[in-house]
Amino acid sequence: MMENILEGIKKGNERAIAQAITMIENNREQGAELLKKLYSKTTFAYLVGITGPPGSGKSTLTDKIVGRWREKGLKVAVIAIDPTSQFSGGALLGDRIRMSNVSTDRGVFIRSMATRGSLGGLNPAIYDTVLLLSAAGYDYILIETVGVGQNEVDIVDLADTTLVVTVPEAGDEIQTFKAGLMEVGDLFVLNKSDRPGVDKMQLTLEQMISLADKKGWEPPIIKTVATKKRGINRLTNKIEEHKNYLEESQLLENNREEVMRRQLVNLLEEKVLARIVNPIKNSQEFNNKLRKIQKVEKDPYTAAEELLADKFKI
Amino acid sequence: MGDKKVDKKVKVLIGKPGLDGHDRGAKVIARGLKEAGMEVVYTGLRKTPDDIVRAAIQEDVDVIGLSILSGAHKHLFPEVMKKLEEEGAGEVVVISGGIIPEEDHEYLKDLGIEGIFTPGTPIQEIVDFIQKKVN
Repeated sequence: MMENILEGIKKGNERAIAQAITMIENNREQGAELLKKLYSKTTFAYLVGITGPPGSGKSTLTDKIVGRWREKGLKVAVIAIDPTSQFSGGALLGDRIRMSNVSTDRGVFIRSMATRGSLGGLNPAIYDTVLLLSAAGYDYILIETVGVGQNEVDIVDLADTTLVVTVPEAGDEIQTFKAGLMEVGDLFVLNKSDRPGVDKMQLTLEQMISLADKKGWEPPIIKTVATKKRGINRLTNKIEEHKNYLEESQLLENNREEVMRRQLVNLLEEKVLARIVNPIKNSQEFNNKLRKIQKVEKDPYTAAEELLADKFKI
Repeated sequence: MGDKKVDKKVKVLIGKPGLDGHDRGAKVIARGLKEAGMEVVYTGLRKTPDDIVRAAIQEDVDVIGLSILSGAHKHLFPEVMKKLEEEGAGEVVVISGGIIPEEDHEYLKDLGIEGIFTPGTPIQEIVDFIQKKVN
């Protein structure tokens, strides 16, 4: 099965690509085996993150941006991320609803992904999927996500260019944008700009941007009406401009190095967890110490040190 | 393998082929399956069989649920099944729901639609059916 999938990915077969993503999502070991074989053939796709509150028109914008890139002959992949319910573990992935225009075009690949149970960090499957889609020959990858929590900030942090989408009505809502989100925004999109309140919103945005610490690149505000395709050309041109800026200033290379550093650290942590922490957690000694901590016979700090020392026979 | 990291989630695509005017039923099912712990992709209204099959391939779903109210199931469902076969995805479980008269059930089952759930079906029944088929 692995061989067929690899062969298929090299040929750009969508079914093979889709099955590979499932493998990455469901089985870390198998996914890693696959990526090991693909990595040497990877040319990194340009990664654009798009985030903003629910209902701000991210999916419609994505659809239009993709359309514009397709006119230029670029191969585009979209990763649409929706949250996993903490109660049921299920997820409703509805971003395809707005992406009808690209559904018959063979140069566009859309995949919906749930955040799954990755507490306090990025679902590792998402970065692996980016690598896979790069290896499969997509030029641009758009990651769409709801901008509310830390998870989302982490996701857009991966991106080369990050769009933060808002709408005129967002008024107070924008105050609740995480400071982090304002900082990761390279471009601010004021969507639904045919509605009342645009000027006020633009002013608010300008003020917030001026407070953020940005060196070299002043994040522009682009007004769009995605449903009417208004402002899309300007938006894609600005993305291109930002891309050029990053390339010329060496920032693209530096940023990507930073992302890879984080990924490498994540992988190390994952392995340490699996090989060292988990065995300790399942040991009798761990439970003994736990009981002592409960009875206030031992403090948890000493217990942790002792458990680790035992493991390494120090 | 043998590690706990194997975290297989059932993934379902709810598709609405044809010209139905509303999708309340489809959304209720999508919600219900999500509550049962599945990952549910919803296509939205007025999709062609091509749209639905392409989405199912890209999303690599285990199950496609076709929701239809217009009465065009005998025209649209065969198209979906044919395209799935052409794409080499014949093993995807296809079920359907909506307004489908009793006398058409036999025809659809022959086509390979494995379950037909008409109005009034408890969601749990659909959940159980999917779990049994996929595992």
